[in-house]
Amino acid sequence: MFKYALRRILLTFPLLLAVLTIVFALVRIAPGDPAMSMLGNYASQEVLEVLRKEMGLDAPMWLQYLRYLRDLSRGNLGISMLNAQPVTHQLLVALPYTLELTFGAMVVGIILGIPMGVYTALRRNMTEDYTGRIVSLAGISIPSFFLGILLLFFFSVKLNLFPVLGGGREGDIVDRLHHLCLPALSLGLIMTSYIMRLTRSTMLNVLNEDFVRTARSKGLQETIVIYKHSLLNALVPIVSVLGIYFIINLGSSIMTEIVFSRPGLGKVIVMAMKQRDYVMLQSVMVVYSTLAILINLLVDLIYGFLDPRIKYK
Amino acid sequence: MIMLSDLRRKQLRAFLRNRISVVGAIMTFLILVVGIIAGSLSPYDPLDQNVYDRLTPPDSEHLFGTDSFGRDILSRVIWGTRISLSVGAGSIIIGMVIGSLMGMIAAFEGGKIGNAIMRVVDIMMCFPAEVFGIMVLVVIGTGLDKLIIGLGIVMTPRFARLAYGSSLSVKERDYIEAARALGAKRKRIVLSHIFPNILGEILVMSSLWTATMIRVEANLSFLGLGVAPPTPTWGNMVREGVNQLTNAPWMSIFPGLAIMVAVLSLNLIGDGLRDVMDPKLQG
Repeated sequence: MFKYALRRILLTFPLLLAVLTIVFALVRIAPGDPAMSMLGNYASQEVLEVLRKEMGLDAPMWLQYLRYLRDLSRGNLGISMLNAQPVTHQLLVALPYTLELTFGAMVVGIILGIPMGVYTALRRNMTEDYTGRIVSLAGISIPSFFLGILLLFFFSVKLNLFPVLGGGREGDIVDRLHHLCLPALSLGLIMTSYIMRLTRSTMLNVLNEDFVRTARSKGLQETIVIYKHSLLNALVPIVSVLGIYFIINLGSSIMTEIVFSRPGLGKVIVMAMKQRDYVMLQSVMVVYSTLAILINLLVDLIYGFLDPRIKYK
Repeated sequence: MIMLSDLRRKQLRAFLRNRISVVGAIMTFLILVVGIIAGSLSPYDPLDQNVYDRLTPPDSEHLFGTDSFGRDILSRVIWGTRISLSVGAGSIIIGMVIGSLMGMIAAFEGGKIGNAIMRVVDIMMCFPAEVFGIMVLVVIGTGLDKLIIGLGIVMTPRFARLAYGSSLSVKERDYIEAARALGAKRKRIVLSHIFPNILGEILVMSSLWTATMIRVEANLSFLGLGVAPPTPTWGNMVREGVNQLTNAPWMSIFPGLAIMVAVLSLNLIGDGLRDVMDPKLQG
């Protein structure tokens, strides 16, 4: 187990480096001169030169690349091209809003999705199962922004139960949670659909296994057969897919943050994109991909812990 | 000439028995027809503005109401079908061709080349689709053609992984060995022996992933990337409607429903096909 964990953690570094390199390369080949987009089209040549020098854009590409890696390793993501604020600081302010949203949605998805998946698997081909399949398919078909808008419209505008916009005051936990409810629910219901479908098909596979038949023929209670023998075994493949779902969730969170005007990473990436703030854009992408890689690492570690066979591979 | 083997015929029959999937197939067909004959179907010009008819709620004249420029929402939704379908189909075709080739080559060659290809795929899969899409579109610019190419690139690693997995098992079969013994060239083995045998699986996933791509396209145009206004896309229509949510909810609700119905229909087909191909899960 320890060896497996160590190997898996070490494997993360080359992956991370490759991803950072891709982000660097993409931002360099993007059209437009960063210095010019900062100063506008009418800036004089001399001023542009000075700024390029200041931003290190006059250096050869390999030096820029090394500097980029050096700065990243120190946690310094540069200065925003638009408001001249340190990018690291702005991202650290935005990150908690995105984390609480995506993790909140995962929690909702797991708490609702797994029991519903087990239930529909046990009622296979009955009315409950068909209803569940259609509802969960609708859930993975609805765009996150649209579900967000619908919830916003009914619960905030019509019923006035939740605040319409924003992420809540910093430091005020109750206010933050109140603002989190609807966005986390809207992403969480989508996750519920994914997890429910996965749980259903995994459970159906496990229920066909020999050990389940053995357990039943021993005369064990049906609840024990289902929860202890079947669900615990089904959990292993379910956990292994949660990483992929988290990445889907992370992508959808951008739209949800825009709909609910949450000051998270989604808002930052859209602003950076619109204003062509390449420094910011590069950094947000680094944060998104690092987050995805770390979550996948975590999922794999949990997976290795749950399934002891994995260490022999 | 299409020859259906016994297995395929059995699978087709199983698919047709699954009523929900057949409904999905019919709905997809209707959406396709709407996209093709959009011109003669839409009651108004989707770009025609009319200041006197701004933000009118749905009525007999404008079934889905009008937007803040007085444009007919129904006509815009109908025209938006074209964009969504072309992006969905176009990007899937690009991703399928490039990705399947990458996957098949990686599986067939194995060794260093195969390893290198699959590592690139791993790296590309680290990004959420929307983040990757934003990244690619910022580099290559916006517009319908760029959007199709960009989303095609986003889809490539998924197809590569799928084709890789399927090809690995096909590669070990006796007929591949036989072809090799007969002196067939690599290109021939990959294209005429491996490819036809993994095609079924690839097509099943294509229908599910076309649905994903239509959703991602809607997401990106909701964020303001992709096809620029005033050309109607479902995503940018919802986006324009968000600001009017309290006084004109129909502006965003109808295009939003359109996205959902289209994605759902394709998912229903994909689900049905997958059940048929995987006999373990059959009811």
